[in-house]
Amino acid sequence: MIRALRTGAFHTGMSLLALLWLGPILWVVAMSTRTFDDIAAHGVGSLPHSFTLDTYRQAWTDGGELRALINSLLVTVPAVALSLVLAALAAFALSRYRIPGRRVILLLMLAGNLLPPQILLIPVSKFSELTGLYDTLAALIAVQVGFGLGFYTFVLHGFMRDLPGEMQEAATIDGAGPGQIFARVILPLTRPALAALGALSFTWIFNDLLWAITVLRTDDKMPVTPALLGLQGQFVSSWNVIAAGTVIAAVPTLLVFLRFQRHFVSGLALGAVK
Amino acid sequence: MSTLAPATFRTSAAGPTPKQRRRRANRPSPLLVAFVLVPFAVESIWVFWPALQGFYFSLTRWDGLEPPTFIGFGNYTELAGDAVFRGALVNTVIWLVLFGGLSVLGGFGMALLLQRERRGVGFYRAALFTPVVFSLVVTALVWRVFYQPDGLADQLLRAVGLEQLIRPWLADPQTALYAVILPALWRQIGYVMVLYLAGLKAIDPALHEAARMDGANARQRLRHVTIPQLRGVNAVVLSVIVIDSLRSFDIVWALTHGGPYHSSELLSTYMYSAAFQSLRLGYGSAIAVVIFILALAVILGYLVRAFREDA
Repeated sequence: MIRALRTGAFHTGMSLLALLWLGPILWVVAMSTRTFDDIAAHGVGSLPHSFTLDTYRQAWTDGGELRALINSLLVTVPAVALSLVLAALAAFALSRYRIPGRRVILLLMLAGNLLPPQILLIPVSKFSELTGLYDTLAALIAVQVGFGLGFYTFVLHGFMRDLPGEMQEAATIDGAGPGQIFARVILPLTRPALAALGALSFTWIFNDLLWAITVLRTDDKMPVTPALLGLQGQFVSSWNVIAAGTVIAAVPTLLVFLRFQRHFVSGLALGAVK
Repeated sequence: MSTLAPATFRTSAAGPTPKQRRRRANRPSPLLVAFVLVPFAVESIWVFWPALQGFYFSLTRWDGLEPPTFIGFGNYTELAGDAVFRGALVNTVIWLVLFGGLSVLGGFGMALLLQRERRGVGFYRAALFTPVVFSLVVTALVWRVFYQPDGLADQLLRAVGLEQLIRPWLADPQTALYAVILPALWRQIGYVMVLYLAGLKAIDPALHEAARMDGANARQRLRHVTIPQLRGVNAVVLSVIVIDSLRSFDIVWALTHGGPYHSSELLSTYMYSAAFQSLRLGYGSAIAVVIFILALAVILGYLVRAFREDA
């Protein structure tokens, strides 16, 4: 009896909390399907009295979300790939070989990622102007890779270090060089960690605002996160269109999360238990 | 979503295997050196060198067009007398305490409630975690709808008869900062919860078993078994929280730009507007250095911990 009561209380409380978390999201989704007249007549706090998907068309084409999404993918996919490749190489050499000064190098690289980005903003924006990269997607890719590398290297280092050494010994005796050992022995074993970091870094880079507005200026080049702020300026009181734009911007990371859920959560915890 | 918990950290919970080292006296091959040097060079170009420049720029007056003029500690003495800076510093501390403290309490509490596998737990975890995958700008826009005049917040207050409390939440200097912290918390609690769930998972169940045999009740086990066992995770969570708090920019920028009248200004937003809107690059750099110094203590603590048991 007491047990049933406690279970009931648990589920009631948790359902309310879950509603508190999902409610605002569902509210925005509902808002995105209301017409302008409905919102004008009943206010943003009312339940829907209308249904339209024209808001999505407006956000998608008039609001430039399509182009922004393309920009986001053009930045995010190469940045994730490059970061992981470079980090895996560094982590491999630092964890599997006695490189002189390996501890200091790893420490420095991680420290770089923990720096508050504010200290880098001005120099990075000036440096990209100097090299002619300012206002190009290449600048954003480069800075995302450079800034993320330290953390990815650190996590992959921890993972690779704990891999058993026998296969590497055997491959070395068979005459395999470091390149082959990396590609054929260590990399395949590192796949779970790479998947976790891949899912995580995708959302981080995709969701970034600060670096984008630091190295980019032209509206046409903005990825979806800063573009969403632009949309807010463009459709000042069209809450339905802003809501539709918000939904569009949220869908890609939500898909990555749902697809790589297990990896995603394990990636977040990688740093924690290490 | 039921996979959420069991997946939480098989790899690292496995514990370190004995370190396997190759004993070779000769120098590493050029290829291996390149493996380390290329990534290191990329990070040097985009992080280390800019960071050093940042310190130098903080000692200059610079509008971004003319070359910087060296003025020594002029920017710092100006900061000391700048009321907006002092307000931003106070707000950053409030942010750190409220956002940091409440997300640790909330995340830990949720992890304790949801650690045991039972029906519905997967759904609750998923619900709390969902906002973590959204960008802070998306989060901001979701809550902006909530805060709109006559929006959900006002409707709720009206429904419970508290309409005298209704105000323009984001436009009122009294409430703007707190109205921005709330959505940030909403997003962070799920994140902290996942970290603690991973930590709770890694505790040896035999410890709880032994404590139960000794007659310890649930509260005593929490105090004397769970919390001491979570020391490592606590250190990481605290570091993450402090670093995140000092970095917080997106959500403030998206909701208020630090206004009205700097009432929700943080050091990070003030730095950005000083540098890129007022084009006072030297002054902005000095604010960035202050943020750096605040973060430094935490970073050092984190690194010491990370490397204590490391090769």
